[in-house]
Amino acid sequence: MKVRIKFRKYGALRFIGHLDVMRFFQKAMRRADIPIAFTGGYSPHMIMSFANPLGIGLSSDGEYFDIELREYISSKDAVSRLNAAMVEGIEVVSFRQIAEEKKMTGMAIVAAADYRTTVKNEVFPENWQEKLTEFMAQPEIRIVKQTKRSENEVDIKPMIYRLEAGGDAVSMQVAAGSVQNLKPGLVMEAFCRFLGVEFEEGNFLHHRLEMYADMGQGGVRDLITLEELGCEMEMETA
Amino acid sequence: MRKLALSDEILLNIEKPARYIGNEVNSVMKDPEKVDIRFALSFPDVLEIGMSHLGIQILYDLFNRRGDVWCERVYSPWIDLDKVLREQSIPLFTLESQDPVKNFDFLGITIQYEMCYTNILQILDLSQIPLHSADRTWEDPIVIGGGPCTYNPEPLAEFFDLFYIGEGETVYDELLDLYKSCRSSNYSRMEFLRKAAGIEGIYVPIFYEAEYHEDGTLKSFSPTEPGIPVTVKKQIVMDVTKALYPMKPVVPFIKATQDRVVLEIQRGCIRGCRFCQAGMLYRPTRERDVETLKEYARVMLKNTGHEEISLSSLSSSDYSELKELVNFLIEEFKDKSINISLPSLRIDAFSLDVMQQVQDIRKSSLTFAPEAGSQRMRNVINKGLTEEMILEGAGQAFEGGWSKVKLYFMLGLPTETEEDMKEIARLSDRIARRYYEIPKEERHGKCQITASTSFFVPKPFTPFQWSPMCTSEEYMHRASVVKHEFQEQLNRKSMKYNWHDAEVTVLEGVFARGDRRVGKVIEEAYRLGCLFDAWTETFCNEKWIQAFQNTGIDIAFYTTRERDLDELLPWDFIDIGVSKSFMKKEWERALEGVVTPNCKMQCSGCGAAQFGGGVCYEGKN
Repeated sequence: MKVRIKFRKYGALRFIGHLDVMRFFQKAMRRADIPIAFTGGYSPHMIMSFANPLGIGLSSDGEYFDIELREYISSKDAVSRLNAAMVEGIEVVSFRQIAEEKKMTGMAIVAAADYRTTVKNEVFPENWQEKLTEFMAQPEIRIVKQTKRSENEVDIKPMIYRLEAGGDAVSMQVAAGSVQNLKPGLVMEAFCRFLGVEFEEGNFLHHRLEMYADMGQGGVRDLITLEELGCEMEMETA
Repeated sequence: MRKLALSDEILLNIEKPARYIGNEVNSVMKDPEKVDIRFALSFPDVLEIGMSHLGIQILYDLFNRRGDVWCERVYSPWIDLDKVLREQSIPLFTLESQDPVKNFDFLGITIQYEMCYTNILQILDLSQIPLHSADRTWEDPIVIGGGPCTYNPEPLAEFFDLFYIGEGETVYDELLDLYKSCRSSNYSRMEFLRKAAGIEGIYVPIFYEAEYHEDGTLKSFSPTEPGIPVTVKKQIVMDVTKALYPMKPVVPFIKATQDRVVLEIQRGCIRGCRFCQAGMLYRPTRERDVETLKEYARVMLKNTGHEEISLSSLSSSDYSELKELVNFLIEEFKDKSINISLPSLRIDAFSLDVMQQVQDIRKSSLTFAPEAGSQRMRNVINKGLTEEMILEGAGQAFEGGWSKVKLYFMLGLPTETEEDMKEIARLSDRIARRYYEIPKEERHGKCQITASTSFFVPKPFTPFQWSPMCTSEEYMHRASVVKHEFQEQLNRKSMKYNWHDAEVTVLEGVFARGDRRVGKVIEEAYRLGCLFDAWTETFCNEKWIQAFQNTGIDIAFYTTRERDLDELLPWDFIDIGVSKSFMKKEWERALEGVVTPNCKMQCSGCGAAQFGGGVCYEGKN
């Protein structure tokens, strides 16, 4: 039985890296007594896979990982037991059964993510909201993407699904996952260049809101949250 | 929500920011308004090392059980953050409240190894606390040290207000109560220290004075005021089963070196190896009740979520209920995918059987610590291990399917000859030969014997406390003798020999048996930039040599000098319950190569029986 767990990460926990979050949840599973399944062999490990790990410094309302269960447990029970094993800054939101197929794991299907980026005062000019519209109206947005071996120029516009001002913050929906992945910092870097403002990472605080799978057919995007692909596991009735 | 002491900008630009944010599972939060004493507990190294230490977890639990105390933790900031804190004058802070250490009532520092001494000064300095006890006021925390290195606290004497000599479970309550009453009665800081000196086990260096002979040796060491005790008595818990044990140890976010539940099965060791300080300090051997340990295992695994449990003690094989405990752990936890790790086990039929159940034999290696290559040398150090026992154990292991063996030796032991050094290589070869006695079709390819040597450092409160050390050049020479002998062996292609630089060893030697005058070298080295000396990547011997030159301290006086048996030693004012006459007798027996039986075989009258319990009274009710 496969299960998808959604959690939030905020406050001091923003500084805990992905590998440590994994270790944290491995120990939390034991503290909460979740009947998670293990691989075999001399050094068995929990069957657990994370969808699109979050970078250090970012907070999130929509983090996901999938696990395999060896016994049934109701969603309500699991969420409350897990939350009793959490610390401030990390909170389990849901625990839902998902499809068994391998191609449906969070890691395999994640396609997009929503972010809200708050910007330090006076980094942007006053008319930044208009400029943001102009920025998105460009036919293409070329940036230099640095990889370990080389740097190459790419057009990130097709990876930006939505970009708009949301009050004082920037709200965006961008490509995420193994096929295409765009970090919100890169979008802000491109926008800064467009504004003629120097880009400094420390001026931006990115908050991930949600992650989606693309269930669309024939090239038409149809984004559904990873959570919606799972269903609540009811209390067992005697 | 807690406010962090460091800004996002700092945290995002340093290595492993998770070291500094606190908030871990089982860490304790309290309302600072509702406690009387704020206690900052420190292990002067990075969090991954410091969090692995059981003693800190015990004290953390001990203090926090008191409603009137909030104990928090602080570790050494790594060099990247160290630089930022200095540049921006940010005072060092504790993990839990993120409040500056300088505002605390106590700063407790555990002193586990000599090479952390400059890190102690870093903690004080970054906390903006004066380095010297004499310069502190009630505005500063009371700085107290504990741990094995405090059995010769003299090199650090000027930096600490108090030292706690012995096991923390006994008189801390008394000390904390005294502090509270002194503060509420508006006593001076000096008056508090004076009263603290009256608590058994508490050493207050400012009330003692050392005088020296012309040749530099100690002439006298005595209290400067009446009422200050002449000797300080080691503290020890006699009923270890009833002693408090932390059921909810803190689980750090980043992987600690000791990322597992630790079950301390006993304290002390019956063996009496003559080089081993722990074996003398923690006498008499005291065992924890096995049923209690079983319960601890269950509860602690549940409370931490750790996936591994490890037994902790010196010479675990001597624990009388070991079979019962290990079989329980295997039965109870194997299906729950809990790893069981069993360090310091003697290799015999039982331990091999157990290891076959808990490890992958093909991948794991077996560890032997013969400590010396020749039987003569092993008799000198009183390692109750014969070559037959080693070869028998190795043979059983090889027949059981193991093919990797690790061997640990010491070089530079008292009376060591070239023949003794060469025997390290030859013994390794005889172990390899034992492997190749197994018919070819039954063994798994070549064996891998890895022999490592460390250099011997004489420690206070051991029979070898009078022994001269080698120079750094001599140590390296001895390592090369061993290395060449390895190349002469039949099975050289199945063997590997490791050794390391001797520079750190020499410094350890100076601090281990140093006196009060050595403190200024530590301070000078710190001023020159020495920090994290236990880390090869940051250790800088040139700066240390410079510090010795600048202060005029002679390394040889503390290391290679032959000490007279009647010399007053800097640590003689501490009473560990094992007598100096026993040490002398053991030193003489060592020089004659005579073995002394272990505590379970026969009492040798070391003096530890005065504590009224433990192995000294087993089977004598």
